[in-house]
Amino acid sequence: MIRVALAGLLGRKLRTALTAFAVVLGVAMVSGTLVLTDSIDKAFNFIFTDVRKGSDVVVSGKSPFHITEGQGTFAPTIPQSLIAKVRALPDVALADGGVKSEATQLVDRNNKAIVFGGAPNLGFSIENGDSPFNPLKLVSGAWPHGNQIVIDESVAKKKHFAVGDTIGVQAEGPVQRLRISGIVKFGSAQSLGGATLAGFDLPTSQQLFGKNGRIDEIAVAAKPTVTDQQVLKEVRAILPPTAQVRLGSAQAREDAKQTNSFISFLRGFLLAFGGIALFVGSFVIANSLSITIAQRTRELATLRTLGASRRQVLTSIVIEALVMGTLASVTGLLAGLGLAKGLFKLFDAVGFTLPNSGIVFGTSTIVIALVAGIVVTLVASLRPALRATRVPPIAAVREGATLPESRFARFRTVGSGLTTLLGFASLAFGLFGPHLGTKGVLVYMGLGALLIFIGVALLSVRLIKPLAWTLGWPATRIGGAAGGLARDNARRNPQRTASTAAALMIGLALVTLVAVLAAGITTSFRGAVTKIWKNADYAITAQNNFTPIPPASANAAAKDPSVEAVGNVRTGDAGAYGKAFFATAVNPPAGTMFTLDWVQGSDRTMAELGADGAFTDKDYAKKHNLTIGSPIKLTFANGKQKTFKIKGIFDPPPGGSPFGKVTISQATWDRYNESPRNLYSFVRVRGGETPQNLRRLETVLAPYPNAKVATRQKFVDNQISGLNSILNILYVLLALSVIVSVFGIVNTLVLTVFERTREIGMLRAIGMTRRQVRRMIRHESVITALIGGVLGIVLGIVLGGLLVARVDFIQFSLPLVSLIIFALLTIVVGILAAIFPARRAARLNVLEALQYE
Amino acid sequence: MFTHGEPTSEVCSLGHMNSNGNVVSATEVTRRYGEGEAAVDALRGVSLEVKLGELVAVMGPSGSGKSTLMHLLAALDKPTGGTVTIAGQDVGSLSDSDVTKLRREHIGFVFQFFNLLPMLNAEENIRLPLSIAGEKPEPEFFENLLKRVGLTDRRTHRPAELSGGQQQRVAIARALVSQPTVVFADEPTGNLDSKTGGEILELLRASAEELNQTMVMVTHDANAATIADRVLFLADGVIVEDLPRSSAGDIVAAMTRVSA
Ligand SMILES: Nc1ncnc2c1ncn2[C@@H]1O[C@H](COP(=O)(O)OP(=O)(O)OP(=O)(O)O)[C@@H](O)[C@H]1O
Ligand SMILES: [Mg+2]
Repeated sequence: MIRVALAGLLGRKLRTALTAFAVVLGVAMVSGTLVLTDSIDKAFNFIFTDVRKGSDVVVSGKSPFHITEGQGTFAPTIPQSLIAKVRALPDVALADGGVKSEATQLVDRNNKAIVFGGAPNLGFSIENGDSPFNPLKLVSGAWPHGNQIVIDESVAKKKHFAVGDTIGVQAEGPVQRLRISGIVKFGSAQSLGGATLAGFDLPTSQQLFGKNGRIDEIAVAAKPTVTDQQVLKEVRAILPPTAQVRLGSAQAREDAKQTNSFISFLRGFLLAFGGIALFVGSFVIANSLSITIAQRTRELATLRTLGASRRQVLTSIVIEALVMGTLASVTGLLAGLGLAKGLFKLFDAVGFTLPNSGIVFGTSTIVIALVAGIVVTLVASLRPALRATRVPPIAAVREGATLPESRFARFRTVGSGLTTLLGFASLAFGLFGPHLGTKGVLVYMGLGALLIFIGVALLSVRLIKPLAWTLGWPATRIGGAAGGLARDNARRNPQRTASTAAALMIGLALVTLVAVLAAGITTSFRGAVTKIWKNADYAITAQNNFTPIPPASANAAAKDPSVEAVGNVRTGDAGAYGKAFFATAVNPPAGTMFTLDWVQGSDRTMAELGADGAFTDKDYAKKHNLTIGSPIKLTFANGKQKTFKIKGIFDPPPGGSPFGKVTISQATWDRYNESPRNLYSFVRVRGGETPQNLRRLETVLAPYPNAKVATRQKFVDNQISGLNSILNILYVLLALSVIVSVFGIVNTLVLTVFERTREIGMLRAIGMTRRQVRRMIRHESVITALIGGVLGIVLGIVLGGLLVARVDFIQFSLPLVSLIIFALLTIVVGILAAIFPARRAARLNVLEALQYE
Repeated sequence: MFTHGEPTSEVCSLGHMNSNGNVVSATEVTRRYGEGEAAVDALRGVSLEVKLGELVAVMGPSGSGKSTLMHLLAALDKPTGGTVTIAGQDVGSLSDSDVTKLRREHIGFVFQFFNLLPMLNAEENIRLPLSIAGEKPEPEFFENLLKRVGLTDRRTHRPAELSGGQQQRVAIARALVSQPTVVFADEPTGNLDSKTGGEILELLRASAEELNQTMVMVTHDANAATIADRVLFLADGVIVEDLPRSSAGDIVAAMTRVSA
């Protein structure tokens, strides 16, 4: 029996290959993801351990909560005088203090900020180039002193800077020109992602970062005779309450925390798409196997008459699937290596460069990818295999015998209806159920979507005839007799058409879902900006639109005589009720620029917060029973606490507001945050929004290349463009499952052409041209694709609607243009899928086709 | 090629015949399958002419080349040597699309295994050759055709709902619907019981006579051959006998001679 199974595979090489390809892609995505994330993980690990390599212990500013990097808040600094005290300790061999800044913007010769995607612009002090604490290697030149800077190799290469050139640097203040004393690189990582590096001596960095007399960290090396623990204890004893000390390794772990959670998010995110592709692939496999088994009814029956048991039939088919699944998984696993490289490039292309220090191909990758591929193939083969066992021996002698109906056939409609309902129930529970947590929500939603897809795929058998009739109508108009036959063929075997279309349906449902969400977010965001942004002409943001920037640029704008007022929104982490959250602060002019819906208080509240006033949004107020006059104790990143009084409660519009859970006055905020950051600043100008005013503001901001000015329209567009990048990534990733389903269509068509060889021969004999044959196959393909497309788009809108209903800050909005594009793409998919099968059909030799048995 | 343009149109105006009144003709036709050692010469120099309105039966032992000959005469295949002329056109010189056009306009087929499209009903199956050509049958002609094949009350039935004989009637009507120059039938009764087969033969004969339809039919059945105006016997790829209309007895006698 095993020999029969293997011979079967060999005898149907093309079909096997096409079927297997559906698995290959899914497995490639899984293995590609694992390779990618393992590689990034390794690259970051190198960086983080490198940075702390020479440090036995590290002293740093202590913050009461974990600070989200790049969000506007930082751990407090420590006094520089502490260095001397640490050095004086008996067991300390060496100690150096340093400062750093995530906003060290390098500026090119055209006064343009050098940015690669949204990656940070790292700046730090290098006390002594030869010190063991310095993770950098000199590629050329020398370590920096005074008005000098070292920059990293990749910036030097990409922007053509060499030792001796001057380069602009902008940190807390305006741009300064410094001489490049050297080019450096990290010891191990080939690429740092899009991050740029800039190193200075300590005094220069302190001046640039606005940290005169202060430092961020002290790196300590212990004397060789003592343990790290001992030094740790010694150092801890002399620390002020605002500082803490950790082992070098512990500090490296701490440094890596946020990156690690980003990597595991990325891994889960990409794996989800691999999973979707595999899920779609399982439809393709199940369908292809069903068709081949139906075509082999006679052969299987003959085996039965020759004495093969049902079990043997089952085994032979399962073995066939197993062999195919294994081959496909191995191919996919290897393809994943290539895909990982492709993903690096993809992220690079959308401005999201990932660090890279060589590809990692781990054992876990091999195991997970192979197991996933093989299991999916086996599970998908189960139903067709079971059906094959029900082929009665008598079918061997019957002309045109078909597979017997499944024993459960009469329950199919009820069963698939129930599956669909259960799916929606699970989805609804995930969305609206109480206290599930992110993981729970995702699990229930994922399970729900899975069941819905399976249920609708099964239910769609009932819809095929009317759908194919309707969607095939244009074919009969355009394609003449060939189009008419195509429509009839699409309706001929509803089960087959349904399964083929279902694979495409899943991809399109998800694409539509994404488009619906994006349209909802975009529309709501536009609405919110229109509503909130009342009395301002321009916004100042970071070049990348979202990173919080030092306030220097906004301050410079405020000093210009043409500017009436600048309203800032400061941003960062703060804590209350034992939890850290995103907080904001505004200055009085902001109160004259925004309009909010106030439950209590008014727009003037924003201007009248004073030293201890705060306002909050409706939900937060409700959660903590806050009302006008309620006290709220805020904890700041520097560990200090202060009690505020609630002066207003607002109701944010559906698109959200620029404000965090709690907003206080800018003056107070700045007292507790050493390096405050503006999320946005809004500018009101004499004469309003005019081209001259825009140019003038741009001139004023010229020394601050990290900032840019935007009109309201431009501001909205900029913000949305970020969303579009994400959207494009999602589309590319979902395209993978669409490609899998294209293979499904190709496969079905090839099998169908094979099955209808005689019919095609007859049609050719009675005068059908090759063109007409191709047209017939093409139209059938397009009709099948359109069925999948229409079902998918409708399902996507429903799912999107449900999601939008759950999320308060998104309003439902139908992305009509996108949907039309998707429908057109579906047609393209149908046409592409038909190319190969149609060509095969047209090439059939009429004579051979007629004699074909 | 172009210089032949004129005579071709002249030929057409003569009612699909060449100047001798032949609808189909073959001159020294050979057909070799495969190459080298394994090559099989299915036809080894066959010449014949089929006249307008003639019903020709082709007989011979299995493997003698009957089907091969018919495929060549029907422009389904091209000869290795010699020429086949259908309605005045030399098949060997035509491209695939021209051959398709030739089949569309001049040739009808009746197959042993009916070869109907399962998803179309009887009427749609019959109409198929015209639909493919983008044409519609003349209503009166079509009704008469349906009546002739006796399917007037079965017109909306699918093949699966028709008996073998009825299916073959659909196939015959399909072959006749485009009023082709010549109809080819390869063992049209080979898949039917003898009574139904007889009815089908009668239908073919009547159609040939009443519509003056030229037909070439391959058969193993001596009784079937009795309806023919002419019976050709093939053996080993050559024509060995060419009888005029004969009785079943004469045909059987010829068959035994040929097989010997
Ligand atoms: N495609 C092919 N390839 C190789 N040889 C072929 C092919 N078709 C036919 N032949 C050979 O050519 C010879 C004639 O075949 P053909 O089918 O014309 O015979 P036939 O008279 O129709 O026989 P039957 O009565 O059994 O149908 C046979 O020897 C056959 O084996
Ligand atoms: Mg034959």
